[in-house]
Amino acid sequence: MKNPIENLNKTFDSRVRLGIMSALMVNTEINFNDLKELIRVTDGNLASHIKALEESGYIKVNKGFVGRKTNTVYSATKAGEKAFREHLSALEQMIKSAK
Amino acid sequence: MNDQNHHLDTLHDIKQMMERSSRFISLSGLSGIAAGTCALVGAWFANNVIEGSRYSVANMRSMARSNGTDISIGDWMGNELVQIAAATFVAAFVFSFIFTYLRSKKTNTPIWGSQARRLMINVMIPMIAGAIYLFALMQNQAYGLIAPGCLIFYGLAVLNASKYTLPETRYLGYGEILLGIINLWFIGDGIYFWALGFGVFHIIYGTAMWWKYERSS
Repeated sequence: MKNPIENLNKTFDSRVRLGIMSALMVNTEINFNDLKELIRVTDGNLASHIKALEESGYIKVNKGFVGRKTNTVYSATKAGEKAFREHLSALEQMIKSAK
Repeated sequence: MNDQNHHLDTLHDIKQMMERSSRFISLSGLSGIAAGTCALVGAWFANNVIEGSRYSVANMRSMARSNGTDISIGDWMGNELVQIAAATFVAAFVFSFIFTYLRSKKTNTPIWGSQARRLMINVMIPMIAGAIYLFALMQNQAYGLIAPGCLIFYGLAVLNASKYTLPETRYLGYGEILLGIINLWFIGDGIYFWALGFGVFHIIYGTAMWWKYERSS
């Protein structure tokens, strides 16, 4: 019998990171302010979680401009989508096995 | 057990985030009320035109089956009705935009983002298909079928849109489609169905949405 916990991805072990990934799964790209609005966290908090996900290779960062203002958009990478889906099925598995 | 609840909460959070980030949630109930009011005013003007014409509603019914050799009531007053319909549509659009704009300011969400764009595209596809179909009906002088056609296509557009905005809008969509279908068997009374569908239904829907989402804020 395999221990289902080992399938849970440590990188997603935070409400903010789950929020970022969930939003990026259903949208091709989202900018920083929209993410902040959705997850309702401070700039610094969001930025640090984004950095962690970026370093794991789960999200991509594209820096651009709207007029003179910087507009940074984020999108999920193929690896990120795969990892998140696996994390979700692991969660599902755990709930099922606990019944 | 506690652990299981924690995971269920997590899944719930994820689902909610996916919904919130992919739907346009600034749609104001007041927009529905405003659009409905415009429709009722438009219907009142249109009704005056219809009543004012010397042809009775019974004649109009026969027009739907006429082969186009006689002078049609539609030719006689169609232009004026189209103008009223266009003015009503523009007024309804402007007023609903204003209230939704105010709501988006209040909730501090951008009015024109990816969610709004997706919503617009999904509303426009059935609407444009419907408009072309209705135009063809007019060309073929099947005027009696225009009101039910408006209701059915509008209902389909709303139903399609409900996936990208507040999910309750789908009940408005169901209502419009059903009303349009019933209208197919009451061809001469299109104006009343039109007023009910675009006027009364919008006002009921708008009030319910305002009550549910905006009353407290």
